[in-house]
Amino acid sequence: MKKLLTAASLLALTTLPSLAEPLKIGVITTLSGPAGYLGEQVRDGLQLAIDQEGGKLGGVDVELVVEDDGLKPGNGLQIADKFLNEEGIKLITGIIFSNVAGATVPEVVENDAIYISPNAAPSSLAGAGCNKNYFVVSWQNDSLHEATGAAAKALGYKKVVALAPNYQAGKDAIAGFKREFGGDVTEIYTQLEQTDFAPEMAQIRAAAPDAVFQFHPGGMGIAFLKQYVQAGLSKDVPMIVSEPSADGVILGAVGEAAVGLKATTHWNADFDNDANKAMVTAWAAKHPDKPLTTYGQQAYDVGLLIASALKKTGGIDDLDAFRAALKEADFASTRGDFKFGQNQHPVQDWYMVDIVAGSDGKPVWVTKEKLRDDVGDVYAAECKM
Amino acid sequence: MILFLEQLLNGLQYGVMLFLLAAGLTLIFGIMGVINLAHGSLYMIGAYAGTLAAMQTGSFWLGVPVALIAAALTGLVVEAVVIRRLYARDHLDQVLATFGLILFFNQSIILLFGRQPMFTQLPELFSGAVEVIPGLPYPSYRLFIIAVGLLVALGLYLIINRTRIGMLVRAGSTNREMVRALGVDIRLLYTLVFGLGALLAGLAGFLAGPVLAVQVGMGEQILLSTFVVVVIGGVGSIKGAFVAGISLGVIDTMLRAFLPGLLRQVMNGPEADALGVGISSMGIYLLMALVLLVRPKGLFAAGS
Repeated sequence: MKKLLTAASLLALTTLPSLAEPLKIGVITTLSGPAGYLGEQVRDGLQLAIDQEGGKLGGVDVELVVEDDGLKPGNGLQIADKFLNEEGIKLITGIIFSNVAGATVPEVVENDAIYISPNAAPSSLAGAGCNKNYFVVSWQNDSLHEATGAAAKALGYKKVVALAPNYQAGKDAIAGFKREFGGDVTEIYTQLEQTDFAPEMAQIRAAAPDAVFQFHPGGMGIAFLKQYVQAGLSKDVPMIVSEPSADGVILGAVGEAAVGLKATTHWNADFDNDANKAMVTAWAAKHPDKPLTTYGQQAYDVGLLIASALKKTGGIDDLDAFRAALKEADFASTRGDFKFGQNQHPVQDWYMVDIVAGSDGKPVWVTKEKLRDDVGDVYAAECKM
Repeated sequence: MILFLEQLLNGLQYGVMLFLLAAGLTLIFGIMGVINLAHGSLYMIGAYAGTLAAMQTGSFWLGVPVALIAAALTGLVVEAVVIRRLYARDHLDQVLATFGLILFFNQSIILLFGRQPMFTQLPELFSGAVEVIPGLPYPSYRLFIIAVGLLVALGLYLIINRTRIGMLVRAGSTNREMVRALGVDIRLLYTLVFGLGALLAGLAGFLAGPVLAVQVGMGEQILLSTFVVVVIGGVGSIKGAFVAGISLGVIDTMLRAFLPGLLRQVMNGPEADALGVGISSMGIYLLMALVLLVRPKGLFAAGS
């Protein structure tokens, strides 16, 4: 009898999951090409949050459907259409780049589906273009660089050369930097697929600034940093960057030449809070040979946010209830303080970090000081919801 | 003046990189009639193999032969397995098959090495800067790249113009059918040319490693400019690849460096920047259009 019961319960266990279809979360992200590691971080960070709860978020079984946008806005839009119309997915996240987000996000949020950004948050979607179905967990693009502007001002620099690729996020970067810096800024725009920065190095040398601010995410950042050091500029002109231009992967590829850089960030692996410690330990156990970057952390926080909402609603069939639950941001973020502003973008703290040689010789971030406390973004006031 | 000189050197260095890639591509296109989109993959393979060897042994110089051999071997295998079946097909089939090869190689690299870029280091000898003229320190590694590029150009010139193989190569790019009719083993020639092209691509990839990022898809970033060089220089002409490569490198660099500044003198800041960046990124394509207008087969087209 006992055996029979055990067998029956085992059978029940194996059949149960197939009865309740897991909630599908669509992930549109960049997995191919030089920026592929960014999408990999987002995918792995989100998966880590799910694994921590044993395949669930907030007690609900979930499943990731991951597609590669190849850093092409057209692809992003196509995948979104497929998710929405063919697979019936109502919850989407994952986009790394602002140009892909600009093309894809409106399509998602105007079709009664929720989009939660783990990274890109262009200004065009933060102000008058905000939407009740659009949430950002990372930061608004400008605020990344406002922090760096504030840091440059705090460090006493007067004259800065600012470089960024000629696309929306690049323009947001320089605009954000200038807003808080207030000093003399020479702007140089590069191209999005550029690999050789020698002409820009010569321009920097000719301008002889107090410091250089640059925003080049992914592979571009590696090439830029290497060439900056090789040109001998790092000895004379200090460089200050926002977090995407000095992530763990970039530092790993550049090596000790990166030591001495200054950066600003909303999160660092050395933050002293329980959520962060749990994430850092779990990541190190699961991906011992990959550094955890802010991209991974942001996606992990997306997972925590979804979990906090699902815990209250049990599902997303009632979209209004789910949206309201998301808006409460009732979770312990790995970065510490976190809440949503009026435009459903984060209100959070910003820090300055030093890049120093770690115990194994590889450069690491060490948190130095808090720069800004509880700041949102300048576009929030224009958002009418 | 110093700034101008420095930008000239930068342009020259970019130009020889373009030449190293374009030389192989133009031979393959000119002699075999094959459009090889996977040329960038050979560049990537050279970079990965060479960097891996340099890291394992701790010596940059051991990376050079490894990069050359790995890229050339891959080239030979690709030629034997895939390209050989495409000679008789039309260009669309070739583009499709070699595009497939790009996907195949990129995915293989992801499986083997992951998506994270590799760490690369400058060779000890060339890690500093040299004062080319007083007041202009220039990274010695970039001077090294320029020197290697010019040496390769000289070597290719001698091979193409002074040896029997070179004679066949020239003959092949002028009139393939006639070479075959004269009883030359054209198949062997094809294999040799493809191997040589792959070797040069591998060399370029390895040299680029310490300056750029060794990562998946690095070949595609430079491939488009390489095709522009081939078209401007004239298909099948090494001389054309050299002249076009160097001029494009210099023109592209100069436009990027000086155009926004020049425009800022006649209009206000943001507009000048936007226009300057726009025109300079179109620059080489505009030049290609102009050259094709005057000389539809390129500057030094073989057989014209």
